[in-house]
Amino acid sequence: MSTGNRAVKELASQSYQYGWVTPIESDTAPRGLNEDTIRWISAKKNEPEFLLEWRLKAYRHFMTLLQKEQLPEWANVHYPSIDFQDIIYYSAPKTKEKLNSLEEVDPELLKTYEKLGIPLGEQKRLAGVAVDAIFDSVSIATTFKEELAKYGVIFGSFSEAVQNHPELVEKYLGSVVPYTDNFYAALNAAVFSDGSFCYVPKGVRCPFELTTYFRINAQSTGQFERTLIVADEGSYVSYLEGCSAPMRDENQLHAAVVELVTLDNAEIKYSTIQNWYPGDEEGKGGIYNFVTKRGKCAGANSKISWTQVETGAAITWKYPSVILQGDNSVGEFYSVALTKGYQQADTGSKMTHMGKNTRSTIIAKTISAGHGNGTYRGLVKVMPKATNSWNFTQCDSLLLSNSCGAHTTPYVEVRNNSSHLEHEAFTSRVSEEQLFYCNQRGISLEEAHRLIINGFCKEVFKQLPFEFAVEATRLLEANLEGTVG
Amino acid sequence: MLEVIDLHASIGDVPILKGVNLRVNAGEVHAIMGPNGSGKSTLAYVLAGHPSYKATSGRALFEGQNLLAMLPENRARAGLFLSFQHPVEVPGVRFDEFMRAGFNALRKSRGVPEMGVLDFNKHLASKLGIVGMDATFTRRYVNEGFSGGEKKRGEILQMAILDPKLAILDETDSGLDVDALREVAQGINKLRRADNAILLVTHYQRILSYVTPDVVHVLIGGRIVKSGGKEMALEIETEGYDKYEDMAKALRAGA
Repeated sequence: MSTGNRAVKELASQSYQYGWVTPIESDTAPRGLNEDTIRWISAKKNEPEFLLEWRLKAYRHFMTLLQKEQLPEWANVHYPSIDFQDIIYYSAPKTKEKLNSLEEVDPELLKTYEKLGIPLGEQKRLAGVAVDAIFDSVSIATTFKEELAKYGVIFGSFSEAVQNHPELVEKYLGSVVPYTDNFYAALNAAVFSDGSFCYVPKGVRCPFELTTYFRINAQSTGQFERTLIVADEGSYVSYLEGCSAPMRDENQLHAAVVELVTLDNAEIKYSTIQNWYPGDEEGKGGIYNFVTKRGKCAGANSKISWTQVETGAAITWKYPSVILQGDNSVGEFYSVALTKGYQQADTGSKMTHMGKNTRSTIIAKTISAGHGNGTYRGLVKVMPKATNSWNFTQCDSLLLSNSCGAHTTPYVEVRNNSSHLEHEAFTSRVSEEQLFYCNQRGISLEEAHRLIINGFCKEVFKQLPFEFAVEATRLLEANLEGTVG
Repeated sequence: MLEVIDLHASIGDVPILKGVNLRVNAGEVHAIMGPNGSGKSTLAYVLAGHPSYKATSGRALFEGQNLLAMLPENRARAGLFLSFQHPVEVPGVRFDEFMRAGFNALRKSRGVPEMGVLDFNKHLASKLGIVGMDATFTRRYVNEGFSGGEKKRGEILQMAILDPKLAILDETDSGLDVDALREVAQGINKLRRADNAILLVTHYQRILSYVTPDVVHVLIGGRIVKSGGKEMALEIETEGYDKYEDMAKALRAGA
């Protein structure tokens, strides 16, 4: 055992003497961050020792970064400094107080649901209205789970996976995003509460998109969410997180981590629709969405594809990335990021080519309106052994007001002579000529904007599962209502 | 149908049209001819309501309505169509969706129920033959990657779909080879009726050998210097605009 490990062990046992013999009744951790908090969370979740150790290492790393004030400051976003000791790091998911009918729900919220075309049953669920048996999420979830089990697909909460499949968790946790990766990844590793876990066994093509299931189960998973998806050899899974319905949360800071792993010939398609509360008209009170998402194409001929539609949150900081380790592996990133009001988004992707003949595509669309500020930040890195690799990057910005901003920061690092990289970028306003052309066909100014903006996002939307493409379109329209035309 | 009375118009502070008078009746095809920079396209844009072109004085009546006071979309809804000299690209928007949006906007403004996707596609399919195109063409993004000929066919296809009372065709012949020109011109002829009218804006005579005009106007220096029959177009083809330039100079001197 290394000295480091022993130190951890010693600390672990010491702490145990101090207070965790007595069972704690409360479901909420004490405010603040220290080793006891970590132990408390781990004990609460009845975690195996490896996980507690991992959390503690992450915690210590985080504290070092915090003490050295090594907070990530390179992103083009601005916010007051966060007091990390003034946060409650764990709180068991609360069951919301059930309302009796939709009439008790905030009419503004219902209007939004209507605009988004959310079915009535689902509106009720989202708004916390008690629903009848047909819409009972638990029973539907069970049906889905049974169906998945037939194929050997393991899918459920991270906590369940820790209990039922600790060997898989131990093998893959942190294998893509180590706790040393960045400031918020360290924090997440130390205090993550729950998230999703999915394992698709060899040769299995997941029989349906893990979409409906997730939506039905989109309960409050807490502010430090952790997701791990592993696609074993020759398997395929399409996964969707998020929901177009506006998500409010009392926690301002959200620091999630998502890790994807594909083995030989496997494929993961991961789609996100993010609509966190963006704050009031002046941007006050919105969610800080600081997310680390990364996939590793560990096997040859494997593929990871990220698609995201980011319309919410006061600040978005995320770079869904792919490490192309296996030969002939493929990484893709498709993104639409909308900022309006005082929203800020610094988002993009990192493609690290390590294997031979690896290919990556980045299509990023940034739309800025009002005082919104959108930045595309990307890195394409081709290592010496990644011969004959190929990347295509296109990052386009559309400006809809005079006080918004769009920035593009693409980095490229190529260390061999046989790879091929292409980069395209343009920034534009909706042109007077396009608007006049539409008007001349009888199309109103507002409808013309709608058409042009949807057209701008088309390449990304068509990557989404069909029903979500429809939802994403509506979401964008609802968000832009009143900002153009 | 269209009556233009002493119309003056500018781009920014530069006056381009300096008193245009024109009267187009239902069932007629008028050709506006003139050398480059004479104000032909400005006339087309001003009538359609392009925001960069400002009418500074004079009037334009379309079926008795004050055209110049109307928003461009309302002019379109009233039945005025402009075939663009340089059709605009709308990336990511399918041509059929775009036409459906316009088609339904016109219907809605007239109190007719909007047409669903399937019915519209049938309607669209029935019009494709007019410009000799197949359905794959309409699934592409609006004007994106279209050849010069495809763009112009696309404009005439939109004219067929929107079925305007007055179509202003701005340099529809430019950039077309002989075969494409003939096909586009045949398309225009198929759309000619007793209850609609066409204003053909062109530099050259050649499209007029396919689409026979009832009246030809020569526009120079922002004024119509002469109007006559279809034979005037042939005369310009052989003799050029010199004679008319002199007439324009005389007009300016007299003004």
